[in-house]
Amino acid sequence: MADHALHHDHPHGLAHQFEDMPQQKESAVIGMWSFLITEILFFGGFFATYLIYRSYYPEAFFEGSSHLDIPLGAFNTMVLIISSLTMAMAVHKSHEGNKKGIMVYLILTGILGLTFLVVKYFEYSAKIEYGLVPGLVWHPQGENSPQLALFYSLYFGMTGMHALHMIIGIGLLIWLFIKTAQGTYTAEYNAPVEIFGLYWHFVDIVWIFLFPLLYLLGTQAGGH
Amino acid sequence: MADDHHGPTVRIYLAVFASLMFLTALTVWVAFQDLGMFNDVVALGIACTKATIVILFFMHVKYASRLTWLLAGAGILFLLILFAFAMADYVSRGWLGMPASHYLQ
Repeated sequence: MADHALHHDHPHGLAHQFEDMPQQKESAVIGMWSFLITEILFFGGFFATYLIYRSYYPEAFFEGSSHLDIPLGAFNTMVLIISSLTMAMAVHKSHEGNKKGIMVYLILTGILGLTFLVVKYFEYSAKIEYGLVPGLVWHPQGENSPQLALFYSLYFGMTGMHALHMIIGIGLLIWLFIKTAQGTYTAEYNAPVEIFGLYWHFVDIVWIFLFPLLYLLGTQAGGH
Repeated sequence: MADDHHGPTVRIYLAVFASLMFLTALTVWVAFQDLGMFNDVVALGIACTKATIVILFFMHVKYASRLTWLLAGAGILFLLILFAFAMADYVSRGWLGMPASHYLQ
């Protein structure tokens, strides 16, 4: 019996419970989207909280936002969009089974991801320096200081969770890079590259919403 | 399209990338224009457009099976339910001008 299983004619990378490679890949993609639904709702909780407090305390949110650095936020937005392009190209190369191509684009994606985190590090440092970290160093003394603290709690909660996703993503990128270097992925078997791409693009989408909601809001501070 | 099976072509990726960069520049520019309450509407509209482009092309949903469409759609649907019901509660508090405890007696 064991012999039979061992000699069963499996294509490289096909788990025995699947009919063929397309079915296995479809299952992987469906599984990843199921996970992404939980991620959408996880970040959705943050966005709903933002929406509620923003509608309660618009002035404090405008003021808090006006202390965020728009050029750095815009720069990071572009960095993530470029990294989404390089990730899409890595997936594209994996469909061709182009090992070197996958590796080059994975490295570029990783470098861009690290660039994002370095910029974020400098942004966080500036907030600590100016005493805008609720619960740690908090300098604002004004009347609306508690509401301002709400904005910054959300800022650190949302961007912090996003940054954590980036760090996990870079860890997975390194793992994918090693597996690619070992020649694991071929034109037929490349589902891990593809579903990691889904994760990376999802993290990009979260930032696409964080940037206008947190950074660009402050330009209207002079308004009402 | 011959390439339908494997997702978009490199040319499509580059076009998607260019539109995402353009929309990023646009959203920054619009933020400095005074549109009153419409600043929010435009900013969220641009963000939703960018997200849709990423989902359809970079995440291959445009080329994916209907089951994948269903899952992606379910995620967005439940997100909207979360927003709609939470906001329906918070926004309508105080409309009746009396504390909720009034009804509990």
